[in-house]
Amino acid sequence: MLESVPEPAVPDVLAPSLIGRNGLMLALLAVALLLPFVVQNFLIFQLTLVLVYAIAIIGLNLLTGFNGQFSLGHSAFYALGAYVAAMLMDKVDFPYPATLPVAGIACFVFGFLFGLPALRLEGVYLALATFALAVATPQILKLSPLEYWTGGVQGIVINKPDAPFGLPLTQDQWLYFFTLFVTVIMTVLAHNLVASRTGRAMMAIRDNPTAARSMGINIALYKSLTFGVSALYTGIAGALGAIVVQFVAPDSFTFLLSITLLVGLVVGGVGWIPGAFFGGAFVLFVPNFAESISKGLSGAVYGVMIILLIFVLPTGASGLVRAALQRLRAHKIQ
Amino acid sequence: MTALLEVRDLHASYGTTRVLHGLSFGVLEGGVTTLLGGNGAGKTTTLRALCGMVLRTGEITFAGRSIAHLSTEDIARLGIAHVPDGRGTFVRLTVEENLELGAITRRDRNAIAQDVERVFGYFPILQKRRGQQAGTLSGGEQQMLAIGRALMLQPRLMLLDEPSFGLAPRLVRELFGILAALNKSEGVSLLVVEQNAALALDLADQAYLVETGRIVFSGAAREIREDEKIRRSYLGY
Ligand SMILES: Nc1ncnc2c1ncn2[C@@H]1O[C@H](COP(=O)(O)OP(=O)(O)OP(=O)(O)O)[C@@H](O)[C@H]1O
Ligand SMILES: [Mg+2]
Repeated sequence: MLESVPEPAVPDVLAPSLIGRNGLMLALLAVALLLPFVVQNFLIFQLTLVLVYAIAIIGLNLLTGFNGQFSLGHSAFYALGAYVAAMLMDKVDFPYPATLPVAGIACFVFGFLFGLPALRLEGVYLALATFALAVATPQILKLSPLEYWTGGVQGIVINKPDAPFGLPLTQDQWLYFFTLFVTVIMTVLAHNLVASRTGRAMMAIRDNPTAARSMGINIALYKSLTFGVSALYTGIAGALGAIVVQFVAPDSFTFLLSITLLVGLVVGGVGWIPGAFFGGAFVLFVPNFAESISKGLSGAVYGVMIILLIFVLPTGASGLVRAALQRLRAHKIQ
Repeated sequence: MTALLEVRDLHASYGTTRVLHGLSFGVLEGGVTTLLGGNGAGKTTTLRALCGMVLRTGEITFAGRSIAHLSTEDIARLGIAHVPDGRGTFVRLTVEENLELGAITRRDRNAIAQDVERVFGYFPILQKRRGQQAGTLSGGEQQMLAIGRALMLQPRLMLLDEPSFGLAPRLVRELFGILAALNKSEGVSLLVVEQNAALALDLADQAYLVETGRIVFSGAAREIREDEKIRRSYLGY
């Protein structure tokens, strides 16, 4: 799968100019800021969830797309983030924004520690180990000794926050803006990470671990750190998800959630950060669309759509956008 | 001249398969040593053992310091650059990014930029391809990139595993010319594994013949070059 995302070798003249790229970003941001004033509340809620998924998918992408490690266990990190946030609000009245860094740090530590033994595993074996983590998590959350904290099978209900400072926004609008703010920060940070020396080292390990070691790169350290950062992203997404949905329960975080994130990653484009937004939108809206086509066979319809998409766009949205940009620029040059 | 690398009684194995049975050899400071031998003799394994990539025992001293217990990345940080067989570039990164990765343990940004240009001086074709993905380079270009990337480490010793493999004859001569220049002008010591014995013996000052994990002959490169019997029986030319 990793082999299927070659970045086209773009000659210098075709590289996006800084102004053009920033202009595009600002335009997209403007649209994102205006959207909640022109669409229905339920759609706002859904768009907020798209952003939440996008953060989680960026986390998975850092691990898989940029470091070459597979995970079917990201639902566990998402769950941990969600539960940390929910428990902090439920038990100790933590203000909801303050739960995000705590959830992030908890997941970073857990991810790093999980990444250490996982170092010995490659490819399918790592996928299996993370799969086990995903399967175990909902069951652990249901354990009765933990019930005081986790709420057991019932889970935890969270209050929906109002807009602060008397802002004239509905709760949904406010949560959307809050999530958008966090998303922008997390996206910029991920972008900078990937462009840094550390990012280079991560990709070197993905491309050729042996050669990376020969360059003096401590791959054990980088791989576990990447696991930690990836879990941090997904954990923050989980915490945001809990706040937005106002509810956590073990069965929201099954192995299926891991697959959902993986689908989002592949649809958006492995190794391309903005792809997370396409992937997030896909996994949120397309299953609903499939259900509208056939209630009984919605799963099958969804499956067929994924297969079609992979046939038409083997590199996900990233390939499509890159081709479009190249065309545009080639056109301009003429 | 003093020894930069000294190896004594080197054993190595893959799992339970023993492959090296007590090799002893060395590389002089500023010198060029070549390891020759047929397929499966254990030359690649020897380089891997020096870099800590396979299980090994024995004494390995680099610049007066034992490195037999160090990890691969720490050995690289001491200034030993390994150019493995089959090149091993970072296929999805650009030529320039590959070179910069070679210097990832260094902090001197300006000197790194200068070294990139210096590598381009040795291998002009890489400059033309600087923005191209390494995986899309030709085999020969990738070989040059692998050597250039190793240079970015500012190594004191380079381990080269069959640098001529898959290159056109003209390129091979050019490459060995560059290696000789690196050795002379930059003072990088070399340990070269080669199938092309004639070429390697021209470059080297010391040579060792390896057969099934043992050294069967050692001496000055010139001696071997001129000893027809050894050439015939071991090197086949
Ligand atoms: N990863 C491995 N696992 C098990 N055995 C190996 C491994 N790599 C090499 N060997 C064995 O070790 C022996 C030495 O191999 P090595 O690659 O060092 O030979 P070489 O001298 O480099 O040969 P060539 O000139 O063909 O490259 C061979 O018998 C080979 O089968
Ligand atoms: Mg070999």
